[in-house]
Amino acid sequence: MEHYLSLLIRSIFIENMALAFFLGMCTFLAVSKKVDTAIGLGIAVVVVQTITVPANNLIYQFLLKEGALEWLGMAETNLTFIGLICYIGVIAAIVQILEMVLDRFFPSLYNSLGIFLPLITVNCAILGGSLFMVERDYNFAESVVFGFGSGTGWALALVALAGIREKMKYADVPPGLRGLGITFMITGLMAMAFMAFSGIQL
Amino acid sequence: MKVLRDFLDKLHPHFTEGGRFERLYPLYEAADSFIYTPGEATDGAPHVRDAMDLKRVMITVVFALIPCFFMAMWNTGYQANSAMQFAGGSVEGWRGALLGLLGYGGNPNSLFDNLLLGAAWFVPIYLVTNIVGGLWEVLFCIVRRHELNEGFLVTGSLFPLICPPTLPLWQVALGISFGVVIGKEIFGGTGKNFLNPALTGRAFLFFAYPAQISGNMVWTAVDGVSGATALAEAAEGGLQAVMAVTSWFDAFVGAIPGSMGETSTLACLFGAVVLVLSGIGSWRIMLSGLIGAVGLSAFFVLIGSSTNPMFELGPLWHLVLGGFAFGLVFMATDPVSGAMTEEGQWLYGFLIGTMCILIRVINPAFPEGMMLAILFGNVFAPVIDQMVLKFHIKRRLQHVQG
Repeated sequence: MEHYLSLLIRSIFIENMALAFFLGMCTFLAVSKKVDTAIGLGIAVVVVQTITVPANNLIYQFLLKEGALEWLGMAETNLTFIGLICYIGVIAAIVQILEMVLDRFFPSLYNSLGIFLPLITVNCAILGGSLFMVERDYNFAESVVFGFGSGTGWALALVALAGIREKMKYADVPPGLRGLGITFMITGLMAMAFMAFSGIQL
Repeated sequence: MKVLRDFLDKLHPHFTEGGRFERLYPLYEAADSFIYTPGEATDGAPHVRDAMDLKRVMITVVFALIPCFFMAMWNTGYQANSAMQFAGGSVEGWRGALLGLLGYGGNPNSLFDNLLLGAAWFVPIYLVTNIVGGLWEVLFCIVRRHELNEGFLVTGSLFPLICPPTLPLWQVALGISFGVVIGKEIFGGTGKNFLNPALTGRAFLFFAYPAQISGNMVWTAVDGVSGATALAEAAEGGLQAVMAVTSWFDAFVGAIPGSMGETSTLACLFGAVVLVLSGIGSWRIMLSGLIGAVGLSAFFVLIGSSTNPMFELGPLWHLVLGGFAFGLVFMATDPVSGAMTEEGQWLYGFLIGTMCILIRVINPAFPEGMMLAILFGNVFAPVIDQMVLKFHIKRRLQHVQG
């Protein structure tokens, strides 16, 4: 249990997807203008991440990994070279399914998320989560915890950035830096504050 | 005084539109409003009539910092004199020559000798900070045509106090440049930034040049003398290691190695009283930070740990060691970068207090956590405020609809 707890803390804070690895930057910068939408997107990312990382974990464990196809009698086969394309396919499919499910059963949430749901497909934090899972060789339970934790960490950073950007309405940024420029600066400064966690061994 | 007023009035046309020094108007305005209370009133609504204008706020903070300045100089001198008495060595370079002229004796028991030696280290850092930072400030004022702001007085006072005495002057210049430009001016100046500028500058130096701002060699202003901060000792050997180098009372008064202005909890207490009485610093942030730190460190003492000696350092020690008191009183309460709603301030202070203890105890990479804890709190302050506001709106809507 303690192991999972420390993995959760590590994936939320220490190895924060947005501010330690700078993954998912395009959505991070684009959808952080308002706290409300940021919370919506954040929840969507947590949900998608918690589903896709374990799903990809199963695919990796039972189809792609070297020796994984033993149950088919092909013990020597190593399919890891098609890993990347499989993971992104799975992500796209799951996002699509999620979209349809939300549209059918939770139309209000579906409407508030709008374009962000399909956007998640191309969010590199999501693919990054799956690739980290493979690289670190997580088992299924670990991948569930890691998926949830990394999604939560990303969402947390996104909401914090949105809060700061809403406060920035009152700022008087030099014309050349307005918009994306100052957002990059803010992200860098936020990452500096998140350095507080770097070095923690759990 | 009339002569001065007349002189300023005579200069005024040159700095107004069409004058020879039109672009330098912020400089004139700064000098004028520094000496005299400006006659202009805000032209747009809303108006707030209060004797507490920006100038008075900033001057009060600087006033609250005076004991810290005093302790910074005394303790820097005291640490260096004690080290020299113990290990030999003398003050080198221009400092030695200057101090020789002023009748410096090198006695760690003499108030005068300590202050003199401390000033020889502190004053250059203070001057470099204010000259370089002030230049940036003026440059931005002239280019962006806003008024020179008193806010820099505080940043320029806080920054030297959180530097170790041996910090090279070019790094001081670099640090304050980063703090003023990236931490504040690119957002439009005082009141518009989201991180504390002094801490931003220090954090930049901390990560860019760790050798000169952390470790055991930088805290005593004598070449080659190693004096670990009490927190670094605690990270190595726990409570016993701290007790071996200092008593609680020494730590409280501030006679321990550390960044220049942060060692004395006593001086910070004076500052806290001034800030709370004048209503500038939020007592909610200070109190909730205190509660968070005491609570978490007491919790750590209770659960204990066989591998991490920091666990046994109790709340009383955490409060007097390192920059906790200084950070909580002067930096966490920054009205610009901190939380602004009342409920938000409780949460924000609590976050900083717990984060500070968490970093000190759990993170082996940094023995001191106050700087990063406050920056972390700054990052989340706007969201905390937003949440509080939303909550209020929701609650009041119920009254209207119900």
